[in-house]
Amino acid sequence: MVAIPFSYIARNLLARKLTTVLTAGGMALVVYVFATVLMLAAGLRETLVATGQPDNVIAIRKGAQTEVQSGILRSSASIVESLPDIATGEDGRKLISMEPVVLINLPKRGTDKPSNVVIRGVSDAGLVLRPQVKIVEGRMFRPGTSEIVAGRAIASGFRGAGIGETLRFAQRDWTVVGVFDAGRTGFNSEIWGDSEQLLQAFRRVGFSALIFRLADAGRYDAVKAEIEGDQRLTLEVKRESQFYADQSEGLAKFISYLGTTISVIFSIGAIIGAMITMYASVASRTGEIGTLRALGFSRASILYAFLGESLLLGLVGGVLGLAGASAMQAFPISTTNFQTFAEIAFTFTLTPSIVAMSLGFSVFMGFIGGFLPAARAARMKIVDALRAA
Amino acid sequence: MLVPSLVLRNAIRHKLRTGLTVVGIIVAITAFGLLRTIVSAWYAGVDASSSARLISRNAISLVFPLPINYPPKMRQVEGVSAVTYANWFGGVYITEGNFFPQFAVDAPTYFEIFPEFILKADEKKAFLVDRKGAVVGRKLADKFGWKIGDQIPIRGTIFTGIWTFTLRAIYDGVDSKVDETQFFFHWQFLNETVKARFARRADQVGFAIVQIRDPSQAAEVSQRIDETFHNSLAETRTETEKAFQLGFVAMTEAILLAIEAVSFVVIVIIMAVMANTMAMTARERYGEYATLKALGFSNGFVALLVFLESLGIALVGGALGILLTFPLAEAFGAQMGTLFPVFSVSRETVLMQAAAAVLVGVVAAGVPAWRAARVRIVDGLRAVA
Repeated sequence: MVAIPFSYIARNLLARKLTTVLTAGGMALVVYVFATVLMLAAGLRETLVATGQPDNVIAIRKGAQTEVQSGILRSSASIVESLPDIATGEDGRKLISMEPVVLINLPKRGTDKPSNVVIRGVSDAGLVLRPQVKIVEGRMFRPGTSEIVAGRAIASGFRGAGIGETLRFAQRDWTVVGVFDAGRTGFNSEIWGDSEQLLQAFRRVGFSALIFRLADAGRYDAVKAEIEGDQRLTLEVKRESQFYADQSEGLAKFISYLGTTISVIFSIGAIIGAMITMYASVASRTGEIGTLRALGFSRASILYAFLGESLLLGLVGGVLGLAGASAMQAFPISTTNFQTFAEIAFTFTLTPSIVAMSLGFSVFMGFIGGFLPAARAARMKIVDALRAA
Repeated sequence: MLVPSLVLRNAIRHKLRTGLTVVGIIVAITAFGLLRTIVSAWYAGVDASSSARLISRNAISLVFPLPINYPPKMRQVEGVSAVTYANWFGGVYITEGNFFPQFAVDAPTYFEIFPEFILKADEKKAFLVDRKGAVVGRKLADKFGWKIGDQIPIRGTIFTGIWTFTLRAIYDGVDSKVDETQFFFHWQFLNETVKARFARRADQVGFAIVQIRDPSQAAEVSQRIDETFHNSLAETRTETEKAFQLGFVAMTEAILLAIEAVSFVVIVIIMAVMANTMAMTARERYGEYATLKALGFSNGFVALLVFLESLGIALVGGALGILLTFPLAEAFGAQMGTLFPVFSVSRETVLMQAAAAVLVGVVAAGVPAWRAARVRIVDGLRAVA
């Protein structure tokens, strides 16, 4: 079989520029929506997965799904602290951080609309356990004072959370003395202060979560069984990375389901656009098709030529849409994760699999749109086609 | 009568092309309508709020409770006619997927302040006398097939343990705007159990609902309430029910904005498809346009033909799309169940759909109509030959 040259296929697209631009533009928009939504879900997942350290272990009250819902008495915390499996830090103290975690309602900069922000009490061990947290401006809070440090997204996004500003809650004024950057993790959307100070201010008697590291990471299952089986404790143990990954599931699933459904519905419009274009392309070239057949090109060659034209159209749309979507990576997004009821900042993240899926989707649209018209072209009888010209 | 029949005949000349375009517009207008309905479902709580109610809660955030002695104090504030209170329970029925809101409420007063929840008199009485009784919305009861007298086990996430309630009443909403997916039980029952098990957390309420005499005084009364508790261990933040609900909407604003933006993208997509159809149509007919002009018809008349054809196709697609939105929205709402308690196509949505269809028709005809009007008779006639 002799194939029709690619340049013939490509030149056909250039012959009618307005039509090509409109059709590819429609597909580009569909791919843009498809890709941005997947990037959004991927960004959220990546942020929360990166929040947890793989070798950290977290304990919260059994049945509580988030740290905020949890409550752990000091006596329970001491039992966990005394376990021999917990690693010892450089200062000779156990590497365990007992953290109160609560939500406070803060107004956003610019809009003044309030949103819930996580405020976490940490101790020295808590900082050792999160090596990804770095102070980028100002300094760390001093233990025993009403000083706090804010995550980068909070410092820029919420009123009163910038360096040198004060926040008032729980009958105290808290001074923001530093801004920290925790890479692309959920901690960027938190405020940290001294654990004991926050407990007193909020008049809490218990912590919300215990975070610790094991001396021997291989003992995780044994330690989990020991804590969860202890009659004195009602705790649930998870790896920190798993704990945060679970928190992204609800919202990420919601975004990707909604987005894929929307994209599929939208793609019907774009496919119809491609179909109209390709039918017109076939109709206006009836004579050419007859000539090609008379020259000896087979029906299959004609089918592939028109299908190829449609696939190319889809690919152009796909590349344009993807280019637009990848520009979205520059814009951070911040919303409430309804699983934790707290604000979380993240970015659109373009992954290789999203690139592959988007291009595949665009080519698929081109295929569906071009198949029927191409089949019609291939079925034409030589005589009829030549006569029509 | 010449113009309409000419336009009609032109429109159905290419049956396949016109048919495909109409289908495209139907899909786009329906998708647009559904997305707008999702956005308005988000605001359901806001729409259902009463201007005569204020919500008062701990100023730090909703996670912190108020002492039980606050509601009676609020009742004494000038301008307040009644106060009730509730706790968010946050329990799970069988699995996390079965989400619905549960509130522990002060039963005798709660349903006085929320008259939109309609209970049968005998069921209400049965609920009031049963400490472990529960009231659920019609939609929720239908979803899980609950009947009066059923035992409903709920696993607490904030108040741990398995809590078993007896269904005593099912409420109906006074209109379609009322959320019929809520679950209410006695605050007193919650408090007794909490007192026995974690004494420090007893005698606290999540938030208070304050009914005011004069809705125009909402701001003043809110301020008076907050001043009453100023500098106490639990300072309050009081706002109208509407503002409170809007606060929830604002939290997920980014997602909402994305859905809104996307709903306009589909209109742009279909505009491109429609413009393509019209461009092809006009291109094929330059010869006819030239003939019309040679016969003495003006440039404007030729442009009008293109416009009317485009508008006609868009309106037919739009009308069918609007009609299709209603059954689809109903099916989608039933699928979503309790996630969107109130899901119905509003009048504004239909108007916006119609406006979008007109816009698509007009914009798509723009360039082709302009080109058709500018066709020179000589060139156009030559194209035919």
